[in-house]
Amino acid sequence: MSAALTPEGTRTVLDGAEIARALTRVAHEIVERTKGGADIVLLGIPTRGVYLAQRIAERIRGIEGLEVPVGSLDITLYRDDLRRTPARALLPTTIPAGGIDDKIVVLVDDVLFSGRTIRAALDAMNDVGRPRAVQLAVLVDRGHRELPIRPDYVGKNIPTSKAEKVHVHVAEHDSQDAVVISGDSGIGEQP
Amino acid sequence: MNHVETVIRSVRPLGGAPVDLVVRQGIIASIEAPNTSIAVDGALVIDGTELVALPGLVDLHTHLREPGREDAETIESGSRAAAAGGFTAVFAMANTDPVADTAGTVEQVWRLGREAGYVDVQPIGAVTVGLAGVALAELGAMADSAARVRVFSDDGKCVHDAVMMRRALEYVKAFDGVIAQHAQEPRLTEGALMNEGALSGILGLTGWPAVAEEAIIARDVLLAEHVGSQLHICHVSTAGSVEIIRWAKSRGINVTAEVTPHHLLLTEDLVASYDPVFKVNPPLRSHRDVVAVREALADGTIDVVATDHAPHPAEDKDCEWAEAAMGMVGLETAVGVVAEAMVRTGLMDWAAVADRMSVRPAGIGRLAGHGRPLQVGEPANIVLIDPNRDQLVQRSMLQSESRNSPYLGRTLPITVVATFLRGRATYLDGAPVPAEQVRA
Amino acid sequence: MNRHLLSAADLDRDNALLVLDTATQLAALTDRAVKKLPTLRGRTVVNLFFEDSTRTRISFEAAAKRLSADVINFAAKGSSVSKGESLKDTALTLEAMGADAVVIRHSASGAAHRLAHSGWIGGSVINAGDGTHEHPTQALLDAYTMRHHLAGGTGDLSGRRVTIVGDVLHSRVARSNVLLLTTLGAEVTLVAPPTLLPVGVEQWPCETTYDLDSVLATTDAIMMLRVNRERMNAQYFPSAREYSRRYGLDVKRMNQLPEHSIVMHPGPMNRGVEIANDVADSARSVIVEQVTNGVNVRMAVLYLLLGGAQLGAGSELDTPDPAAAVLTEATR
Repeated sequence: MSAALTPEGTRTVLDGAEIARALTRVAHEIVERTKGGADIVLLGIPTRGVYLAQRIAERIRGIEGLEVPVGSLDITLYRDDLRRTPARALLPTTIPAGGIDDKIVVLVDDVLFSGRTIRAALDAMNDVGRPRAVQLAVLVDRGHRELPIRPDYVGKNIPTSKAEKVHVHVAEHDSQDAVVISGDSGIGEQP
Repeated sequence: MNHVETVIRSVRPLGGAPVDLVVRQGIIASIEAPNTSIAVDGALVIDGTELVALPGLVDLHTHLREPGREDAETIESGSRAAAAGGFTAVFAMANTDPVADTAGTVEQVWRLGREAGYVDVQPIGAVTVGLAGVALAELGAMADSAARVRVFSDDGKCVHDAVMMRRALEYVKAFDGVIAQHAQEPRLTEGALMNEGALSGILGLTGWPAVAEEAIIARDVLLAEHVGSQLHICHVSTAGSVEIIRWAKSRGINVTAEVTPHHLLLTEDLVASYDPVFKVNPPLRSHRDVVAVREALADGTIDVVATDHAPHPAEDKDCEWAEAAMGMVGLETAVGVVAEAMVRTGLMDWAAVADRMSVRPAGIGRLAGHGRPLQVGEPANIVLIDPNRDQLVQRSMLQSESRNSPYLGRTLPITVVATFLRGRATYLDGAPVPAEQVRA
Repeated sequence: MNRHLLSAADLDRDNALLVLDTATQLAALTDRAVKKLPTLRGRTVVNLFFEDSTRTRISFEAAAKRLSADVINFAAKGSSVSKGESLKDTALTLEAMGADAVVIRHSASGAAHRLAHSGWIGGSVINAGDGTHEHPTQALLDAYTMRHHLAGGTGDLSGRRVTIVGDVLHSRVARSNVLLLTTLGAEVTLVAPPTLLPVGVEQWPCETTYDLDSVLATTDAIMMLRVNRERMNAQYFPSAREYSRRYGLDVKRMNQLPEHSIVMHPGPMNRGVEIANDVADSARSVIVEQVTNGVNVRMAVLYLLLGGAQLGAGSELDTPDPAAAVLTEATR
């Protein structure tokens, strides 16, 4: 891991090449675990999960020559912390034309933390259709789960303190690919 | 508080050079060099250093609500509020229930005022029976009664019928009376809720156009000229009204006019809050109108400041704008508001305040013993004002039964320190003198 | 967003677009099988209607229910309100019932403002029409409809020309639309007989004309306001026939509109007075669509006001500063 130092007390834990390798591995695992990926639908959780889902779909096409449907699933209206923050703008929900009924849905998100986002996503999906199975792919699992949720595919496990913040940058949205940690590490590294 | 003698040391009459004022038996007994008078035993001695003395204020336009709406105000509570505001006489408007349109009712008001003892309560008689505008009230009987009514008004309603107005103006000449007109053309103001202008359009509130006031004033000054009578215009609120009155006076027409403290200070922009404490009739007007009435008061085109003190119980204001009653209390805050609008701005000095709030209103109302100069031998109707002490307007300061003051929370630049009615303190040290002592 | 929605002026461009974008997303959701979202579960929305308006009430009720809010309808007719209970006591009752939002329709201008600022209730207040003042959610649904037809469903309404015709003087719809559409960059023209334009309208951020025909060719959206028949008796205009001839939208006038332009009406319509039957039912008429859009826009407003944490009352833009309205200095 290249723990390159970046300005303002942040550190980069994954660079572009490492992210690319992690996504390639995840794509391979999905194909393997779903026996060729024939019935899968990738649903990215906006904003960055959608870009990651699109990249995974490209890789699956490269591996299997298969067009995997990609959609986005906004979970804002299903959040359980709505009363804690000001109302947020909604993000697009787009379900591929074939729907999700009887498909294997792979939810794709950038960071897995408490698990509450995924809980909301399961609820949101419930209003859209009834998949045969639901799996979860994340680029970063940073721990600190508050619900009984675990990922099926992980790009990178990154132990963190609760006080730290993990930022995933994707080129489509943030002009470069990187995973950056900021804030107090909580383990006494800082003076 | 009946002291044998009251000595006010080193006070500045009308804001002039300091003197000692010695009051005995209800009159100003002597005026001496500052801090030279010797008080007798048992005298009330007040240090008047830095205080301004004015003749007791006279309010030509007060609503005391009794009889009929004693929940809003009584003659006693309204008198107390007047004393707290530096007044020694108030003219009580006729729109009570029953209406003050008979000798019996005006005598009752007059007597209750005397019994309360805080100020001289001089009743105003209705022009028409029940304020209905249909039949003349017995104006002569009211004039001949113990109350000696000289001012007649249907205030709250306009004497809009031209013939009725003409007859009233003519008839009261027999006993040197004056008709005080509430100038409001009724058809032009049906359902009116605020000044008509850009803001009323934006707020969606039916407009009360300035022309509805000005048209009546124009008609009435011409009528007064035609029949050679005296006319008084209540609560002038628009720049156009000022122009008409200025023109009428220049022609020698016998017209006088009043402006309220709130029309000197507040503008219609406050209505955007939809808080009915700012709902009043005539409505708060534009900045331009406020400038015009200030100038008119300063140059004497408008003769007097009159409060239009209009108490309303909380439930009549704690509601939607359209439903709310019109009016504001104003006795306690009147001279403070005038100080802010006119004195602090340099438009008037204290002598002019005395003229507009005491001398001229007493003259228009034919009220003897008030509005007199602060000279030896004159009745000791005096108000002491601290011109440099700010006062925060709060509920506890209001003596009225009602609390509908638009100034709550605002700081006024002066403080009324004491009020004397014929030598007897009615308000002292920031509080009204207890009722039993006032009557004693 | 502020805590309340009392006037279209409460919305700056960003917030107005936030409402429209949110409504667009909600429309996409509700177009699918999702008819109910869990977002406002456990929240109580009271529809407090002092004035009959079945269509507006139903629209708000549908919006609240699709977001899983508990809805209480409090119609003033036949209730304690018609027995003389004050707005204050009604409000205190609703507060005791734990209303998170009160949707109020009232015949008195400023009633919603009064309810929001009196301290009687703690929840959000949404103005569903107050007297002749404002009706901000109507303006939002109108803007939404225009954006859909004239701006591809995204962004603002820059450069679009909107003509509003009729009784502007008594129209809360017109007031809210002028404010909101201007905020969104549209150019608004009001058309009415002089008697039905408010004094001071020249200070509004729009154009006015007495001549409907002169503006038809440059109109992207034309909105016909309802003409209340009682105005005729108050001599605002001589007769319904004359009004219709001078200010009604008939087929001949509709044909002078550009090809792409749309015809709107906030309803309920007086067919044959301000709008001809054939125009109301024509392909250009988006009047039915306005109703559909109303539900999505009101969902968006409810979500944005109630879906998040409640911000302090200090964030409101619509509170006038009393000091600003007082003359304190010599002005000559």
